[in-house]
Amino acid sequence: MTVMEQRGAYRPTPPPAWQPRTDPAPLLPDAEPYRVLGTDAAAQADPELLRRLYAQLVRGRRYNVQATALTKQGRLAVYPSSTGQEACEVAAALALQERDWLFPSYRDTLAVVARGVDPVEALTLLRGDWHTGYDPYEHRVAPLSTPLATQLPHAVGLAHAARLKGDDVVALAMVGDGGTSEGDFHEALNFAAVWQAPVVFLVQNNGFAISVPLAKQTAAPSLAHKAVGYGMPGRLVDGNDAAAVHEVLTDAVRHAREGGGPTLVEAVTYRIEAHTNADDATRYRGDAEVETWREHDPIQLLERELTARGLLDEDAKQSARDAAEVMAADLRARMNQDAVLDPMDLFAHVYAEPTPQLREQRDLLRAELEAEHADQEGTHR
Amino acid sequence: MTTVALKPATMAQALTRALRDAMAADPTVHVLGEDVGTLGGVFRVTDGLAAEFGEDRCTDTPLAEAGILGTAVGMAMYGLRPVVEMQFDAFAYPAFEQLISHVARMRNRTRGRMPLPITVRVPYGGGIGGVEHHSDSSEAYYMATPGLHVVTPATVADAYGLLRAAIASDDPVVVLEPKRLYWSKDSWNPEEPQSVEPIGRAVVRRTGRSATLITYGPSVPVCLEAAEAARAEGWDLEVVDLRSLVPFDDETVCASVRRTGRAVVVHESGSFGGPGGEIAARVTERCFHHLEAPVLRVAGFDLPYPPPMLERHHLPGVDRILDAVARLQWEADN
Repeated sequence: MTVMEQRGAYRPTPPPAWQPRTDPAPLLPDAEPYRVLGTDAAAQADPELLRRLYAQLVRGRRYNVQATALTKQGRLAVYPSSTGQEACEVAAALALQERDWLFPSYRDTLAVVARGVDPVEALTLLRGDWHTGYDPYEHRVAPLSTPLATQLPHAVGLAHAARLKGDDVVALAMVGDGGTSEGDFHEALNFAAVWQAPVVFLVQNNGFAISVPLAKQTAAPSLAHKAVGYGMPGRLVDGNDAAAVHEVLTDAVRHAREGGGPTLVEAVTYRIEAHTNADDATRYRGDAEVETWREHDPIQLLERELTARGLLDEDAKQSARDAAEVMAADLRARMNQDAVLDPMDLFAHVYAEPTPQLREQRDLLRAELEAEHADQEGTHR
Repeated sequence: MTTVALKPATMAQALTRALRDAMAADPTVHVLGEDVGTLGGVFRVTDGLAAEFGEDRCTDTPLAEAGILGTAVGMAMYGLRPVVEMQFDAFAYPAFEQLISHVARMRNRTRGRMPLPITVRVPYGGGIGGVEHHSDSSEAYYMATPGLHVVTPATVADAYGLLRAAIASDDPVVVLEPKRLYWSKDSWNPEEPQSVEPIGRAVVRRTGRSATLITYGPSVPVCLEAAEAARAEGWDLEVVDLRSLVPFDDETVCASVRRTGRAVVVHESGSFGGPGGEIAARVTERCFHHLEAPVLRVAGFDLPYPPPMLERHHLPGVDRILDAVARLQWEADN
């Protein structure tokens, strides 16, 4: 008598509420980061796009160098550099249409600039004269978010609202590897997938959350794999391959726009500089590691491809460098002017109308300023 | 001329009516939260809204308060007017980072370019026999966050008016709904156009000459009861219902205290670091020469909220209020 015969009519059944769910296989990321440059796929890439990406990378690198210099000169309070990550920054901005929205984190000033925001206004937060310098509605760029991953649910809500209104707007939200450990990362991805909101999440895995390496951040097979648990596709891409990042993000944006829902993209890259100018990276990583990544530099990767295919001559390189210098000179000149600040602005935007309590405090500050002014007048006399 | 009979309505019904009227008047008003759709909310405040306006306007969200408020921020950025329900006072805490770091600051951060007209409804306070995490008085946290308005109704009519005003406000407003008053009834005519009070005005609920009880939300009925009981002691107590904690109506409060010369602040929230300290300081700073006695506080104890079988010892009741009134240095009058 077999075991089944012994059991007679009794058969195991699945729990009543259980039903087969989404097949996870199509959501899984590739085994290796997707690459274009130096592969057969490069032949498919639009030469015009590659040249455009190149000019933007050169400009972006120059921006990072200039902003870092301005920090050393005391013109910026702090600058979290995206040196080495320019491909992600530039591709994020270029993958979007004008009507789309970008939700940057604090390291993404460059993406904000690539989207069209005035380079000086993009640095207002880091200069410290106000918390956001640009009008978010002008270029559809949310304020740089300092609390990690908290901007991701904003992107989901905005994309959801746009879809409810019938607008084919996509939101692209940027976060780092450290940010994926935050609760808001989880909640944002879950809401996005449940609502099928047109959002693209770009994780720049730059290896470190300040000093903490990825191995201490997650035990996931890759950050892109996290997508599967939410029921959205995860894509893994070489974050220093501008053509690959641009292609993957453009596909994800199109997918979202067409009603396919959200995508999580992990771009594997590296933070060449310390966390900020206030950080000392020698305490937690060796030069050898940094050197291997310098060899995998996003500008060089693209330059090699373009040169090999005869798409970039010395003149074109020089003209990209010249354009970057013009931007840097303008940035330098304007950042070297002292910001004109009115302390009374502190009270102007807390509420639509200041509360009676704030009006009292505003009057107090005004009186202090007038007394200060009178003192200075007295001293000058 | 027809007279519409005033019918008793509960505070919960008035809140539902406010949501419904706001949603009917403005297609950008969206309600979202846990169980607000099919179920109509655990207190039934959103009852019928999903059926009437569709699930896109009244949405059951995943169970994640930071996600609810965070997505509401994005919706507000895109021109919607989200009304978020936090299921209970203590379940709102996961949303604090969104509330404090973004909701309260976005207008200021962007120099007024990106206001966030978000209403956050929070059932709060004790007295309903709730188990742990269902009875907190969390108002001090919200009051301490610049950029938020904080209101709390004590009557059926105010529940309607304050919620309508909150939804109409271009600033974020936290509406603290005293859950033990959800089923309190008032004669209220929901058919008449409701006057929507501007946020920021207190109201004298009972006039009196001896002393002022300054209170709000769930403690207002308790203070009115205490004022009635005080008559036997020869005290004629005035009761001021703040209605709005932020902005604070110094004018109404101080006018009352100047008339009576004595004040007791009454609330369920703990006294240490609670709203009463701020209120007592404001009154003392403004009315010092009119005061016959120090401003006293009658509050919940500085405890984690007690288990339901002990909560009556914690909540400020009539006796504790009258004991405080007795300590207002009446002997100095003789």
